[in-house]
Amino acid sequence: MATYQEFIQQNEDRDGVRFSWNLWPSSRLEATRLVVPVSCLFTPLKERPDLPPVQYEPVMCSRANCKAVLNPLCQVDFRAKIWACNFCFQRNPFPPSYAGISEVNQPAELMPQFSTIEYIVQRGPSAPLIFLYVVDTCLEEEDLQALKESLQMSLSLLPPNALVGLITFGRMVQVHELSCELISKSYVFRGTKDLTSKQIQEMLGLTKPSVAGQPGRPPAPQDAAASCRFLQPVHKVDMNLTDLLGELQRDPWPVPQGKRPLRSTGVALSVAVGLLEGTFPNTGARVMLFIGGPPTQGPGMVVGDELKTPIRSWHDIQKDNARHLKKATKYYEALANRSAVNGHSIDIYACALDQTGLLEMKCLSNLTGGHIVMGDSFNTSLFKQTFQRVFNKDYNGDFRMAFGGIMEVKTSRELKVCGAIGPCVSLNSKGSCVSENEMGVGGTSQWKVCSLSPSTTLGIYFEVVNQHNAPIPQGGRGAVQFVTQYQHSNTQRRIRVTTIARNWADAQSQIQHIESSFDQEAAAVLMARLGVFRAESEEGPDVLRWLDRQLIRLCQKFGQFNKDDPTSFKLSESLSLYPQFMFHLRRSPFLQVFNNSPDESSYYRHHFVRQDLTQSLIMIQPILYSYSFHGPPEPVLLDSSSILPDRILLMDTFFQLVIYHGETIAQWRKAGYQEMAEAWRFAGPLPALKGQPFPDPQQPLRLGTGDWSTNPD
Amino acid sequence: MNVNQHTPMASPYGQPQPGYGQPAFAPLDTGYPPPYAPYNGPVSAYQTGEPPQGYSSFTTFPSKAAPANPISELSSPLDLGHGRAPPTSGPPPVSAPQAYNQYGGRHQSDMQNGPPPMTQAPPRPVVSQSYNQERVNLSGPPSSYPQHYGSPPAMSHVTSQMSGMQINSGLPNTAGPGYAPPHSSKPPVSNSFSAAPPATYTQALPPALSAPTQAPPTASQQYYGGPPPASQPPFNSSLPPTSQQPFTSPAPLPPSNQPSFAPPPSYSGPPPAQAPSPSMSQPQQSFPPTQSAFSSAPQGSFPPRAPPPTSSQYPPPPTSTPSGQYPGPLPPQQQPPFSSGPFPSRPQMPPTSMSQSNHLPPESQGPLGPPGPLQQMPPPQHAMPGGYPPQQNGAFGQVRGPQPGFTAPYPAQPNYGALGPAPGPAPSTQKRLDPDAIPSPQASDMPTVQKSRHRIDPDAIPSPIQVIEDDKAKSTEPFSTGVRGQAPPLVTTDFHVKDQGNASPRFIRCTAYNIPCTADMAKQSQVPLAAVIKPLATLPADETPPYLVDHGEGGPIRCNRCKAYMCPYMQFIEGGRRFQCGFCSCVTEVPPHYFQHLDHTGKRVDFYDRPELSLGSYEFLATVDYCKNNKIPQPPAFIFLIDVSYNAVKSGMVGIVCQELKALLDRLPRENPDLDSTVRVGFVTYNKVLHFYNVKSSLAQPQMLVVSDVSEMFVPLLDGFLVNVGESRQVIESLLDHIPEMFANTRETETVFGPVIQAGLEALKAADCAGKLFVFHTSLPIAEAPGKLKNREDKKLIGTDKEKSLFQPQVSFYNTLAKECVAQGCCVDLFLFPNQYVDVATLAVVPVSTGGSVYKYTYFQAQSDQERFLNDLRRDVQKPIGFDAVMRVRTSTGIRATDFFGSFFMSNTTDVELAGLDCDKAVTVEFKHDDKLSEETGALVQCAVLYTSCGGQRRLRVHNMAVNCCSQLSDLYRNCETDTIINFLSKYAFRGILNNPTKAVRDTLVNQCAQILACYRKNCASPSSAGQLILPECMKLLPVYLNCVLKSDVLLPAADVSLDDRAYLRQLISGMDVSETHVFFYPRLLPLMKLESGSLPVAVRASEERLSKGGVYLLETGLHLFLWVGANAQQELLLNIFGTSSFGQIDTTMTSLPVLDNPFSQRLRDMIDSFRAQRSRYMKLMLVKQEDRSELIFRHFLMEDKNVSGGASYVDFLCHMHKEIRQLLS
Repeated sequence: MATYQEFIQQNEDRDGVRFSWNLWPSSRLEATRLVVPVSCLFTPLKERPDLPPVQYEPVMCSRANCKAVLNPLCQVDFRAKIWACNFCFQRNPFPPSYAGISEVNQPAELMPQFSTIEYIVQRGPSAPLIFLYVVDTCLEEEDLQALKESLQMSLSLLPPNALVGLITFGRMVQVHELSCELISKSYVFRGTKDLTSKQIQEMLGLTKPSVAGQPGRPPAPQDAAASCRFLQPVHKVDMNLTDLLGELQRDPWPVPQGKRPLRSTGVALSVAVGLLEGTFPNTGARVMLFIGGPPTQGPGMVVGDELKTPIRSWHDIQKDNARHLKKATKYYEALANRSAVNGHSIDIYACALDQTGLLEMKCLSNLTGGHIVMGDSFNTSLFKQTFQRVFNKDYNGDFRMAFGGIMEVKTSRELKVCGAIGPCVSLNSKGSCVSENEMGVGGTSQWKVCSLSPSTTLGIYFEVVNQHNAPIPQGGRGAVQFVTQYQHSNTQRRIRVTTIARNWADAQSQIQHIESSFDQEAAAVLMARLGVFRAESEEGPDVLRWLDRQLIRLCQKFGQFNKDDPTSFKLSESLSLYPQFMFHLRRSPFLQVFNNSPDESSYYRHHFVRQDLTQSLIMIQPILYSYSFHGPPEPVLLDSSSILPDRILLMDTFFQLVIYHGETIAQWRKAGYQEMAEAWRFAGPLPALKGQPFPDPQQPLRLGTGDWSTNPD
Repeated sequence: MNVNQHTPMASPYGQPQPGYGQPAFAPLDTGYPPPYAPYNGPVSAYQTGEPPQGYSSFTTFPSKAAPANPISELSSPLDLGHGRAPPTSGPPPVSAPQAYNQYGGRHQSDMQNGPPPMTQAPPRPVVSQSYNQERVNLSGPPSSYPQHYGSPPAMSHVTSQMSGMQINSGLPNTAGPGYAPPHSSKPPVSNSFSAAPPATYTQALPPALSAPTQAPPTASQQYYGGPPPASQPPFNSSLPPTSQQPFTSPAPLPPSNQPSFAPPPSYSGPPPAQAPSPSMSQPQQSFPPTQSAFSSAPQGSFPPRAPPPTSSQYPPPPTSTPSGQYPGPLPPQQQPPFSSGPFPSRPQMPPTSMSQSNHLPPESQGPLGPPGPLQQMPPPQHAMPGGYPPQQNGAFGQVRGPQPGFTAPYPAQPNYGALGPAPGPAPSTQKRLDPDAIPSPQASDMPTVQKSRHRIDPDAIPSPIQVIEDDKAKSTEPFSTGVRGQAPPLVTTDFHVKDQGNASPRFIRCTAYNIPCTADMAKQSQVPLAAVIKPLATLPADETPPYLVDHGEGGPIRCNRCKAYMCPYMQFIEGGRRFQCGFCSCVTEVPPHYFQHLDHTGKRVDFYDRPELSLGSYEFLATVDYCKNNKIPQPPAFIFLIDVSYNAVKSGMVGIVCQELKALLDRLPRENPDLDSTVRVGFVTYNKVLHFYNVKSSLAQPQMLVVSDVSEMFVPLLDGFLVNVGESRQVIESLLDHIPEMFANTRETETVFGPVIQAGLEALKAADCAGKLFVFHTSLPIAEAPGKLKNREDKKLIGTDKEKSLFQPQVSFYNTLAKECVAQGCCVDLFLFPNQYVDVATLAVVPVSTGGSVYKYTYFQAQSDQERFLNDLRRDVQKPIGFDAVMRVRTSTGIRATDFFGSFFMSNTTDVELAGLDCDKAVTVEFKHDDKLSEETGALVQCAVLYTSCGGQRRLRVHNMAVNCCSQLSDLYRNCETDTIINFLSKYAFRGILNNPTKAVRDTLVNQCAQILACYRKNCASPSSAGQLILPECMKLLPVYLNCVLKSDVLLPAADVSLDDRAYLRQLISGMDVSETHVFFYPRLLPLMKLESGSLPVAVRASEERLSKGGVYLLETGLHLFLWVGANAQQELLLNIFGTSSFGQIDTTMTSLPVLDNPFSQRLRDMIDSFRAQRSRYMKLMLVKQEDRSELIFRHFLMEDKNVSGGASYVDFLCHMHKEIRQLLS
């Protein structure tokens, strides 16, 4: 048998799953004593170029409260054409289409290598993708120009049948009608007034004039036409929209000295959400919000328009001195929830030197799976390339994005699900496998993830409910099934099913096995997610204390030491890196707010709770590479000892790339050596870096600020 | 009944004469023809030839008249006049005097022309005229006439006269008619008349001043010589009772009277027609015969008139005659000019006038004399009329004298008593018209024939046309405003104004130019003290607009205490170092830069260099202190808000507006005609939501911004909404091209209204400027939004106490909104295109409060209404306008401006705030006494209007007005202006219906007028029988005009008049000036049978009886224009006008006359164009064929007739009025 290392890697590659423990303690008590809960990082849409989707629908358990999907773990009676659900043990007949089933003619979902399988659902209408741009016009001319260009460029990246819409806002909110041929037309909303979804739809003329009698009827075709006024297929309005964007002016209302421009972000979002709600509920849609400053008026206002009143800081928040914080947060949360219900996600592209209110608005993206991008200006490559990367395509030429995902977790009887941490919202589906003990977003076995990318990763926490005195299910293995329904970017509806199983182990007798099955990387990230999740609602020191205690307990449990002899402390290999991760985590911006603005903290946390394991680890513990003349780049310690005169250091923190030139190198640069042909070896790494600010092209939203700083020379 | 329209003066007598004379004469000239013409077919005959005859007949008439008067007088119930007439006839001699008075008036007038020599004449003429006119002997006199003439004249005349009330003026008329036949006889007639009248007058006077009067009379008689006597006799006969007595006293007279009878023949003899007339006269003598004769129409001369007479005959004469007469009496001297042409004999008149003079103390004459201008009157064709006005104005003061004289005439009344007996005879043929019995209904109920008998002769009652024509005739000289207390010519008169220290009547017109010194007097008289101020009135091209004065950085010089602006009433003292305020008497230092030395008269040396010292109207340049927020204002903006709901698009309105705006944008108001207008424009369309347009010049295409959130309106854009036309022309044109296209297929039928105005208001606020909104709206705003309305039209409420609620706004939202608009200087003009009820009462709240206008095009159809709408729009956009205006009326100590009527908003009791003030808006201000006034200083009024010009300049326009104060009521009555009073009363009443039942308002109106007239009768008129209706000269039209007000759709709606129409009219009237209210209430009806270039045909009275089947008439109300085509209209006429000679082929749907190449058509179209140019609103021409269905609408505007909704006819109302007055007096 392969090492756990290999097993883990294999599992991740095949199923996108990393469990903290790969052997599960067989009782609740033992599980509790292990400190790190049984949990996993799950990447629902892990890219599997080798996995073609099957063109039929999954076979599900007929028990109403189970509905587990047929999988390789199920026992099958080929003669009776019956299969037994491995979760509820219900015996189900195969549907007629499986009539030809036999040992030698098994459907894919029964083959072990298809523990993850993807089905294409043919039912239902396919809905187009929707992109709704919500653009702040209170920008500097330069910024606006850059943004306009980026937006115009993005039109060419969209699939021709995708629907686009445009909302601009400043003091007022304008919804642009894209279908008008005579003169450009837009609907204007006051930036200070909170409107209900119904009001918005009425004002946009989206409600049916007469609801005469046929309530059950699906929306008539003319409704689609009506909604199309604002959301048009790209191929139809390409020119129009390009012109419209080209003519976009800065918000014309004068901004008196000492004031911030009035920015009605709250209402603009409300209108966007209302518009989509009324026209395309339960259809994949992206609201892309571009802001150049904080909301300064109306609902969702984060700061007043007086420049002399600075935007809230952590200090203010701790002192409970942030006037608008609670109200605004509540407002955006409500919006986010509405949006999530309809499966629409919201991206925030915030480019400003000061804070833009991400703290209040973060939930918009966090709950709907949207992106958050934070930069200094729209006129930077950071924004431009990141934005472009949103529209990256996969090996099939499809967007690396999926919409309206619903992830369901099914567990075998000994296990219950406590919750999930990630860009999701609860669907409040109470089932038999839902634990009363909540961790993260709990109390449900289904979560909605409005927007998914191949890297979107959820942390899912379980609880072993088997009683201590109950026998370990003999020969049985604990199983977990993830059923993820989503709208693929090519508008297909798909269902991906991942079924995994782990062996039970008696913690008393098999503690070492269990220890060696520990995945310290996954555990570190999973614990970090718990910590970050707590940090959202608890005081920083409390969270740190909690983390410390967990670490201590873990070391107590698995460390080998002699009392009162610190030097005797030893951890097994499978745990050896864990304390180091915790160390870095403690001082990471996810838990430390010092020197970070509330917006930055929100931004960091946003990314942390959605990236996959590798990226998350980089965030916790940045990677430092050293480039020298003596060999290939090598990772070095995050330590000042790594600074040497003839080295170039490259630090990747996920959020930033920092290049440090050693003293000698810096002098050479000053002398212009890098311009000389002979210096190719020296120049080697730099051009590469310059041309590739995103070391990992797989990370669509990985940001690198080209902070090519050097030491004080 | 006799309605004596007195100017209080005794002069009436004299005047009447002139009046008559004139009428008679006039006919001869040009004037007559028209009047007659209208009357009846006979007219033609009468017109030319008759007039003269008329005169001749007059001679005879006098006699008749005399009897008539007596009758009327005698029989308290003038009605019985006829019956009385007989008696009068009996008494003729006695009556004669009266007749003279009345008739005499007329005759005299003719006569007077002669008399003018009398110094008195000039001044008095006026007075006298007034008197004459005032007096209307309703039935009495006429009856007498009939009797006398009876045989000769047409029966109808007689009957009519008999039955009808004779107005003094009427008497003359009667005479006129009678005479008419003998046109040729004119000269003689005149003579005779003059002679006769004088006699009568003298006689009349005699009673009181028997000796003197007699003397004059005699003189007059002498003048008249042979003829006069005859005339006198007739008068006598007519006046018999009283007159006779007087005459008798003047032994000579009596004889004369008798002779007169005889003379009549002689008179008649003289004129060609005379021959018949004489006979007539004879019959007259024999009273019984006369009557019978009348019936038989034996009197050749009369008959002709008779036919028309009932209505027409009399009227015409009266109209013309009365005036003429009046002037005549006094004028005699003056008249010379008038008469000079016509009546050589008039010289004799002087004596008559003399006699009158008796009535009118010399004083009057004296003053009258001065009015030289009046004398100028002669120039007019009807010298008489011309003379009158001036006289009235100036001379009246003296008039009082005459009043005493009147008493003399009154004596005639006694005759009535005598008449009493007469009635016996008369009754037989005619029914008595008791004032009480008179109620129109009864009369109306009677068969037409009977009616004619019983009804009061409409010609015998004061005729608006006559008054208007008389005023025109006498207003030949420029009117200079320098004389305090001088009433200007009537609004119907075309005159030139010279500003000599008081504001031109084009800016300010007062109800009274002599106001009572004490509150008690004012209260007693009940004459409203008010001024109609039209601050930005457009002046004719030949008058200089107010000069702009710049007092430098310190701003205009003002009184320290009351803040009155520098004006001619500031008295410089201490060598010019200080000035004393004429309003509050406070002494203020003259700032050094304004110092100037005084000359020996105490006037500043630069008096004539500074408009503010020498003129009544001028403008100051305001400094920044006078600006809102102490900021120099931005140029104003115009915002066009167009309804694009289904109805608006379908009716074609949207297309028309957009098309027109393209052209109109080049014609926005500007101060310097050479430069582009600085007014910025913006566009909004709306139905249930609002669409704003960005028309910034840098855009290739306009952008539409839709605001659906109508619950809290806001302006979605700043830059690009209000733009300069020059810069954004292309974008704007593209927009206006696109709008109709974009909404061509709209199915939206609901609209909002409140948010529309809010949008405009917010836009102006955002741009920080004042401006005007043009709202084009079609329907009741029922869409969910602030200011949403529901249909509350409930016909059942009409006539109940709840009716008033229908005139009140439905919701208070618009009041609040209006207040905000005013604060911002946002004026709202509303163009309505309703197909059904839109609740004008509520929608108009904002326009009315912001100084805007409401235009209403019910059932708008592009084809037929486009022209009217476009012309209104053009005018509305282009007209001079000021913004963000505040008007303050300051008065000298003793009076105070207490109430204001018009389109504006007031947040306190003194400042009239007008978001917009255009050249058509007038504000009526009522004054009340605070204290006692002094006759020396008079009363001063200064109206200052602070406004922003269309170029964005802040200015102050100042109008000053000084009026006299009087301690005698008669002065008040002599110097007031009925048109202005009506303007005030109508506005007062129309506001009253907001809070009171309509009926109560009507009653109040009638009551107040009755009190006004009763007060006059009681305090100013010479005693006379209660049966005689005596009207002040200046107010003799008050009853007829008041009746028009009472019959207006607002106060007395016909069944088919919608609530919207009433609300619309109600608000419309509130902003009207005097000339507009005048023509609105008493429409102008012009016969078109003959058109001469250069002058308009003389109007006829607004009554169906004046319409000839063979004619074509034009009727103008200021809002409507009708062309009425008689069923038998001459083919040539039709050919000239319509290009077809067939009545049946005339297309009544045409809205403009075909352009035909003939002088007549050309002239008619020019005329129509000029009418339209005169009015602030374009009048759509409606073609009405006689007996066509549409004639009903047309008839509605014949204000002297009864109307279908129960409005009384003029005659009936007059009777009613008389009754009311009598009740007050008893």
